[in-house]
Amino acid sequence: MTKTITDVICPFCGTLCDDLEVVVSDDGKKLLEVYNACVIGTEKFLHSQSKDRVTRPRLHQPDGTWKEISYDEAAEYTAQMLAKAKKPLMYGWSSTNCEAQSVGNEIAEISRACCDNTAAVCHGTTLIAVQDIGLPTCTLGEVKNRADRIIFWGCNPAHAHPRHMSRYSIFPRGFFTGKGQMSRKMIVVDPRVTDTAKMADVHLQIEQGRDYELLNALRVALNNEWLPDSVAGIPKEKIREAAEMMKSGRFGIIFFGMGVTQSLSKNHNIDEAIALTVHLNEFTKYSIMPMRGHYNVTGSGEVFAWQFGFPYSIDLSRGFARYNPGDTSSIDLLVRGEIDAMFTIGSDPGAHFPISAVKPIANMPSVCIDPHQTPTSGVSKLHVPVSFNGVETGGNCYRMDNVPIDCRKVVEPPEGMLSDEQFLIKVRDRLKQLKGAA
Amino acid sequence: MSEYIIKNGNVFDPVQGIKGDKADVAIKDGKIVAKAGSGAKVIDAKGKTVMAGAVEIHAHIAGPKVNLGRIYRPEDKLFSCTPTKGMERMGGGASIPTTFKTGYEYAKMGYTTAMEAAMPPLFSRHVHEEIRDTPIIDEGAFPVFGNNWFVMEYLKNHEVENTAAYCAWLLRATKGFAIKVVNPGGTEAWGWGLNCLSVNDPVPYFDITPAEIIKGLIEANEYLGLPHSMHIHPNNLGNPGCYETTLDTLKLASGFKAKNKFGREQVMHLTHSQFHSYGGTNWGDFESKAKEITDYVNKNKNITIDTGNVTLDETTTMTADGPFEHHLTGLNHLKWANCDVELETAAGVVPYIYSPSISVCAIQWAIGLEIALMMKDPMRCYITTDHPNAGPFTRYPRVIKWLMSTKAREAQINAFKHKDKVLSQTSIGSLDKEISLYELAQMTRAGPAKSLGLSAMCGGLKPGMDADVAVYDFDPDKPVANPDDIEKAFSRCAAVFKSGVQVVNNGEIISNGHKRTLWVNVKSKENPQVMRDINEKFIKYYSMTQANYEALGHHFIPNPFALEVDAT
Ligand code: SF4
Ligand SMILES: [Zn+2]
Repeated sequence: MTKTITDVICPFCGTLCDDLEVVVSDDGKKLLEVYNACVIGTEKFLHSQSKDRVTRPRLHQPDGTWKEISYDEAAEYTAQMLAKAKKPLMYGWSSTNCEAQSVGNEIAEISRACCDNTAAVCHGTTLIAVQDIGLPTCTLGEVKNRADRIIFWGCNPAHAHPRHMSRYSIFPRGFFTGKGQMSRKMIVVDPRVTDTAKMADVHLQIEQGRDYELLNALRVALNNEWLPDSVAGIPKEKIREAAEMMKSGRFGIIFFGMGVTQSLSKNHNIDEAIALTVHLNEFTKYSIMPMRGHYNVTGSGEVFAWQFGFPYSIDLSRGFARYNPGDTSSIDLLVRGEIDAMFTIGSDPGAHFPISAVKPIANMPSVCIDPHQTPTSGVSKLHVPVSFNGVETGGNCYRMDNVPIDCRKVVEPPEGMLSDEQFLIKVRDRLKQLKGAA
Repeated sequence: MSEYIIKNGNVFDPVQGIKGDKADVAIKDGKIVAKAGSGAKVIDAKGKTVMAGAVEIHAHIAGPKVNLGRIYRPEDKLFSCTPTKGMERMGGGASIPTTFKTGYEYAKMGYTTAMEAAMPPLFSRHVHEEIRDTPIIDEGAFPVFGNNWFVMEYLKNHEVENTAAYCAWLLRATKGFAIKVVNPGGTEAWGWGLNCLSVNDPVPYFDITPAEIIKGLIEANEYLGLPHSMHIHPNNLGNPGCYETTLDTLKLASGFKAKNKFGREQVMHLTHSQFHSYGGTNWGDFESKAKEITDYVNKNKNITIDTGNVTLDETTTMTADGPFEHHLTGLNHLKWANCDVELETAAGVVPYIYSPSISVCAIQWAIGLEIALMMKDPMRCYITTDHPNAGPFTRYPRVIKWLMSTKAREAQINAFKHKDKVLSQTSIGSLDKEISLYELAQMTRAGPAKSLGLSAMCGGLKPGMDADVAVYDFDPDKPVANPDDIEKAFSRCAAVFKSGVQVVNNGEIISNGHKRTLWVNVKSKENPQVMRDINEKFIKYYSMTQANYEALGHHFIPNPFALEVDAT
């Protein structure tokens, strides 16, 4: 007999769908089917079942081969590395739960590390803009129940957050949006004709990197003031039409992604996008929300904030938190050669950082904690595989709208494997001994 | 567990009516006892003041809006960070300190219990995660109900029993402590960019008024017999002339009587009353109506209040009154954060500077103090700053100084740029009352504990109560040379005990104690209709499934303490 587990949470993207159904074998060891998830989410669950999975920590040997070691030995290596380092970097955290993040932060405090999450390469710019100007936002259920104007700016949910439109933003019928899609107007701003853009009522095919100008022009149009014939490649009539459409809604929202956070002008784009949202609130009700990528990057920012006071790029080397992105952020630290040990968890800088920041990792003591084999595990001295959070272990996570949802365990991990949190507790306890900490 | 005897201190305990007598306080197994054994560790409190641990009835110290404040105000960390030290994790933040710093700072001032005053139910996990990471102090959190769709729909049809059943379910689901109401109806209206400024403004779509919501929730609260009363932040906060709305709100409590087994007597707690005691028609003729408000409360015994004292600092305002924060950002043009929460509530966050050079801020300062000085029964009026809204909680010692010393008040009034305006728009200059230590113990310990329904546990030093004790380096027998000595003495305790564990010694943290999460476990009558309604709303309108909303894992609340209520 198989068992069906309901209300399962998908630990893949920031949409954090929590309505999955998973069929497992009678002994709870094998995961057989995944229902309701999108293709990416399903793949994440099924991947945990792959035969070639690494199940024990491995130490890189001088000849390039890997030597299997025990978790205790791996914890010893990690603790020694952190204890000896002058300025270790602890990076990642976006694909693990808040419980693990919390233990990790304690380790960072004891070892006076720099700590950072993947916002460093995605919505860090958003956080800087929020610190400049604020953030009028809402939960995704508000969008479902009220929103009649949806703007996707520099993001492509059809591919990156596949169930976002069906669960929250475009298709669902909510309390005040009984006609679902029919009661909504959709605007997409993207230089490419993406699958999301194809669905839009209005597609503003903006010139690459001209987001700031177009955001600003929309604000001008809101006030019915003078505009040049075209801005960012969009004719002024079309800008006025879009502004009118935005303004005429009862409740609108701007969702934005890395197309705008990581293009030219970076945080200044987001400053202007938030200013546009604030401006729209003079006419009607508006919100804005970053489309967060990893399923718990938001949670990492939250835990950092309540424990250290800042959401990312934190330097604890003086015993208390300092924050100065561009100086205390991962890539900058690596490129400047300031780091003498690298600890990676729940992310893959090897695949996403510039090569000038990846090379130093290969040349210093380094640990990668990840259930998968990744470019990062490939360049690290020690690879510690762990159980899949959200599949083989539970734990709290924060959706892109900051709503906390507790992930569920659905199957047993392979025999003898530890979770992130369990491994980190070993490291912490050993580190405390080495440092003689209270 | 160790035994202690705190010897020869000047004890102030309203629960036993002790007014500064030299007495010993004995502690055993986490409780106050009549006599300690011979092996008890002796704490010398000669020449010192001994009180129960203080109880914070209303502060914003954990959860999504607090953390949003931390995230978007890096400037709040300037010059306010402290490194890891001994027992203490690192701390940072002035008006919105990190969780660890929050616990330490309260404890160092002799506070051992604190309530988070607004928990959005959908975010209860977040609130509890932060509470877990706040050491030492016992905490509870008030879920907000005043703009909740279930509540509005039931009360529209005058279904008090269903409202009560829903409230009971939500308190259980979120591990909440009390029924909190913020700008009833107005925050729902804010979903459309609107507001309810009087108790009779209709809530858009829901066809109900704030007055009906308030009365209905008082009824539901008493129907269940909860430890605390309905706790309200009324409509029209912070506007000149708002005192009339406040009086309209207070009048809704008339005729109701408290029904509970916890010793609570009020049916309504009016929070941060300073923000609700404004006269005038604009910021130019802005004036105090503290007298009108306190006159009413003095006469009506079924109401308790807290002050919401302005401390003249740069701070971070945050409230579930979404439209108010939008209004505020229009006034000061600083950065604005807002979060509307599906079916439940909203919240806004705006930095604010209460400058002594601005007459409005100075008048607000005076109003908060007037309220505390004009209330005849200190057991019904509690000191708060509505942290961080009117000022950070770390300023309590300064507020105490202002309340205990006319000299300190005069010095502050003389330092105001618009001194004459403060004196003409308020009556602070003519109040010569100085709060006594006994009254202070009423306003910060016995009173709030009673209002919260915790009087059997904390707020006093009677044998059998939790051994929460604060020893201040303040000699009541010696005249105060300089009012600043009061502030200094109340800033850092000589010793603090939490549930029998010494957590502070000479102003330093020496233990993280065994902090608990207080919540109210209400057993209510089975109500299939309400359960069906909940089920349906989750399927149709929430963005999270009901199973995930309800399952609050034990690890969020490692040390729970449930107050049991049987409403079946
Ligand atoms: S949209 Fe995201 S969270 Fe939802 S199932 Fe797909 S990958 Fe998972
Ligand atoms: Zn408050």
